[in-house]
Amino acid sequence: MKLTLKIWRQKNAKAKGNFETYKMDNVSPRMAFLEMLDALNKMLVEEDKDPVGFDHDCREGICGSCGMYINGHPHGPVPAITTCSLSMRYFKDGDTIWVEPWRAKPFPVIKDLIVDRSAFDKIQIAGGFISVNTGAAPEANSILVQKKKSDDAFDSAICIGCGACVAACKNASAMLFVSAKISQFALLPQGRIEAKDRVRAMVEKMDNLGFGNCSNTGACEAECPKQIKLTNIARLNREFYKAF
Amino acid sequence: MGKLISKIPEGPLAMKWTNYKASVKLVNPANKKKLEIIVIGTGLSGAGASSALGELGYSVKTFCYQDSPRRAHSVAAQGGINAAKNYQNDGDSIYRLFYDMIKGGDFRAREANVYRAAEVSNQVIDHYTALGVPFARDYGGTLDTRSFGGVQVSRTFYSKGQTGQQCLLGVYSSLNRQIKNGNVKMYPRREMLDLVLIEGKARGIIARNLLTGAIERHAAHAVVLATGGYGTIYFLSTLAVNSNASAAWKAHKRGAFFANPSFIQIHPTCVPQLNEFQAKLTLMSESLRNDGRVWVPKTKGDTRPANTIPEEERDYYLERKYPAFGNLVPRDVASRAAKERCDAGYGIGETGLAVNLDFRDSIKKQGKEVIENKYGNLFDMYKTITGIDSYEEPMRIYPAGHYTMGGLWVDYELMTTIPGLYAIGESNFSDHGANRLGAASLMQTSGDGYFILPNTINNYLAEEIRVPKISTDKPEFIETEKAVIERINKLISIKGKHNASSFHKRLGKIMWDYCGMVRNEEGLKKALTLIKEVKDEFWSDLNIPGDSSDLNQELEKAGRVSDYFELAELLVTDALNRNESCGAHFREEYQTPDGEALRNDEEFAFVAAWEYAGEGKPHILHKEELNFENVEMKVRSYK
Amino acid sequence: MSKVLFSSISKKFTMALAGLFLLTFLPIHLTINLMLLKTEPGPFNTAAHFMATFPLIKIMEVVLFGAILIHIIYGIWLQIQNWLSRPVGYVSSNKSEVSFFSKFMIWTGAIVFTFLVLHFFNFFFIKLGIVKGNPEDFYSLAHNLFKIPAYDFIYLGCFTLLGFHLFHAFSSAFQTLGLNHRLWTPVVKVVALVYAIIIPAGFAFISITLWLFR
Repeated sequence: MKLTLKIWRQKNAKAKGNFETYKMDNVSPRMAFLEMLDALNKMLVEEDKDPVGFDHDCREGICGSCGMYINGHPHGPVPAITTCSLSMRYFKDGDTIWVEPWRAKPFPVIKDLIVDRSAFDKIQIAGGFISVNTGAAPEANSILVQKKKSDDAFDSAICIGCGACVAACKNASAMLFVSAKISQFALLPQGRIEAKDRVRAMVEKMDNLGFGNCSNTGACEAECPKQIKLTNIARLNREFYKAF
Repeated sequence: MGKLISKIPEGPLAMKWTNYKASVKLVNPANKKKLEIIVIGTGLSGAGASSALGELGYSVKTFCYQDSPRRAHSVAAQGGINAAKNYQNDGDSIYRLFYDMIKGGDFRAREANVYRAAEVSNQVIDHYTALGVPFARDYGGTLDTRSFGGVQVSRTFYSKGQTGQQCLLGVYSSLNRQIKNGNVKMYPRREMLDLVLIEGKARGIIARNLLTGAIERHAAHAVVLATGGYGTIYFLSTLAVNSNASAAWKAHKRGAFFANPSFIQIHPTCVPQLNEFQAKLTLMSESLRNDGRVWVPKTKGDTRPANTIPEEERDYYLERKYPAFGNLVPRDVASRAAKERCDAGYGIGETGLAVNLDFRDSIKKQGKEVIENKYGNLFDMYKTITGIDSYEEPMRIYPAGHYTMGGLWVDYELMTTIPGLYAIGESNFSDHGANRLGAASLMQTSGDGYFILPNTINNYLAEEIRVPKISTDKPEFIETEKAVIERINKLISIKGKHNASSFHKRLGKIMWDYCGMVRNEEGLKKALTLIKEVKDEFWSDLNIPGDSSDLNQELEKAGRVSDYFELAELLVTDALNRNESCGAHFREEYQTPDGEALRNDEEFAFVAAWEYAGEGKPHILHKEELNFENVEMKVRSYK
Repeated sequence: MSKVLFSSISKKFTMALAGLFLLTFLPIHLTINLMLLKTEPGPFNTAAHFMATFPLIKIMEVVLFGAILIHIIYGIWLQIQNWLSRPVGYVSSNKSEVSFFSKFMIWTGAIVFTFLVLHFFNFFFIKLGIVKGNPEDFYSLAHNLFKIPAYDFIYLGCFTLLGFHLFHAFSSAFQTLGLNHRLWTPVVKVVALVYAIIIPAGFAFISITLWLFR
């Protein structure tokens, strides 16, 4: 396939960025999107040009490192996958592909397609944990958890922290991310003990970091590579007002 | 640094850890605050150790190369985590778990360590549950387990196919709590580039801030490496593409012995390579072999679509060769058998490097719905990658490098041969011998981080309480930093043509071809020559655009690849030295008449710990004899 | 305390409560308006008079204006924060599958608000004596207004947009209040759709009838 790439290039956080156009002549539909970028970078290095910076690691959709806004979709046009799992067979010969970094005030661009997502860590540090010291845990089966609740907690817990929800949201809101963590702990008896402090602390941190507000638009759910549900946000809202 | 002292405690096997804990030196809480510990890596062991040490009151500084500690590659483990809880009443016990690991590791691991890993496994499950890890549960609310990796008991706790992710997020949460409490200071996007030794003790690191390019000095009373394995030495592997051996290798060059480097597990069920730019091979859980039948066509170079090949023209080679275990033979056996068929010309697909994993018969027998319930997510994953619907046609699979049993040599206290330098998790060589059992990696790495190291490190630090905060202005820091900068400048100034990945790919191919699933003397010797050639080319033809004073992903990559060339040479040397076949290490010269691994317990029941002797000098071999007092060494047979 | 009252969720919560209250007002208004269809002005004017003078309604009127004010102020406040949270936008427009009308809430809201102002000029300010007209005969006033085609166009346009606004608002309020349920949430969505069609359609029906058939 022949493709035209329009990629956001920005030397560093302070620099003014712009779109560069790259022509790719020999793209196999069996490549993954990031492998196509690897091929581009190989070419750029051979021309002694600065390769495109992007975060990536596991390349199997679980670490949450990668993330690009491709043709109007975080992680590209295919639902329920990350950028690294996006196959080039979803594009056709002659396509022009626009590749942009996540855009949100709390996710400043570091370089090219790399953004700083430490805001997510800060929210988790504010309260995304259960306070139990190593060695202090009771025998595992002394805590009984209803299977349904445990399964629901799992469905919330599979968030990979990639930031696609923020990137997709017209308000750059982090509600889906925060609600997934809140839900996981709210559903488990182990997490109930600190539920009130946790939700207050995490929401306060989220607000302070400059994320937008939720308007129940649902773009986050539509783009989440792990299909985290909007019901988590409703649960977060409930947990929040129960905390006062 | 002559003799290896393993520091195995006295007493009967089952009492060693208890006795150790009862007699080990302790550090007064008031002193703990004054003692600093550096932890490199934030996987299950690194983040676990950081949290546990933080909880104890030590001042911990934790580093990872990713943008967040939550991305460490423990996140990708799928299957589960073993523990000897015996919740199923199926006769499991700590001893049985210990025995399965020792046997699975083909009798090349240290008894006392393995027993301890099995012993703390129950505490690990308790702790994760308390942290809110959503393990699978039964309808009564108790924890569920499944059988995994060809053992006879059901002892594997799991969270669907994402156990590693769930455990890692649990550990990440406990790390966050310590960060909030101020006991742990987190340094993300930092790469350790060297270890600083003062008077022979590990006293700090030189790290590069990957965002700014700044070279930083960090001092501590002890350094803990939790940097994972080096499976990406094959370039294509199931590991994260940025996983690397650099921190461990730098420590090795500063004096830490490297043990059993050639013991690398090859996982039999991975998605085969699809294109020349492929960056990694995705693992498909080995549970698929419970219902999938592995086959190749009986005719060489048969290019017909799999479904059109009639039954009598299919060779179900695992069932044919291993009637007792069939498709469920251990990982190393299944991997070698696939390679044997493909090398003989029966492989399928464009590359001929793949075999069929067919669910046709299971779907016929059990119904599509049952298969979907069991493996739905894996079938989806396979379809996402390849576009092929495995309900309709067979999956194509091929083995890929997966887990490194080898690593830095550590004693019972998990301390390397450098005083004050510890290695935990996959980065040490400890508990898996020559082959790792399924679901044993999460168990061992969690145990190391949460329960073992926080006990053993006290023994060392108790002697360090009089050492004041270590200054980073000491000459040793300045010298090491200078060496690091020189190395970076050397890489940057090559100004050749090709990027680091292209050399890495070539190195990986050599390693895979000559030091992968099957090895022989001739091939290994050839590999040494080939590695040298590519290495020389690397140092004359590498190109890194940009400079080191900024974010430069090509430079990061180049540093890691340059270390891999050196490790590759040692890996091949170790494989050459071990004139036997055991576990994942299969030497063609040493096999039974029917092609099975032939162990040599007389001469090779030892850990090969290699000492770095200096640039260009051959490594020095030290042997730690393995004494089996509690188990009898048997031949593994799956016929 | 300000943390509690002015956190993102609290603001949304307040907006949702105010919005839901406004939702209860519309059917009442529609019921009274339906009396415009009668040929004699009596019932409508009586009802209008009752609404204007009954003490409890007077109190509710204050609450209603309070709710409108809060809904608007919070709406604008949230929207400004939302705009600020993405200082640099995307070049390729977002193609995510979303609740379509939610994207334009601030705009549909703004237009509905503009209409409200116009509406107040017509009625409320007459009552206060600020605008000239007979404060006792809203019936004739309405009939006269609906005879002006331009007014009908504006009226119908605004109610269509109100429908869009209501469609998202109705179920969104429940989500914001955390009132979701496996069984009831789909019902709420259907009710929202019905409500968002019936209410504006009712108002539109009156306007068209008075315009074309009376």
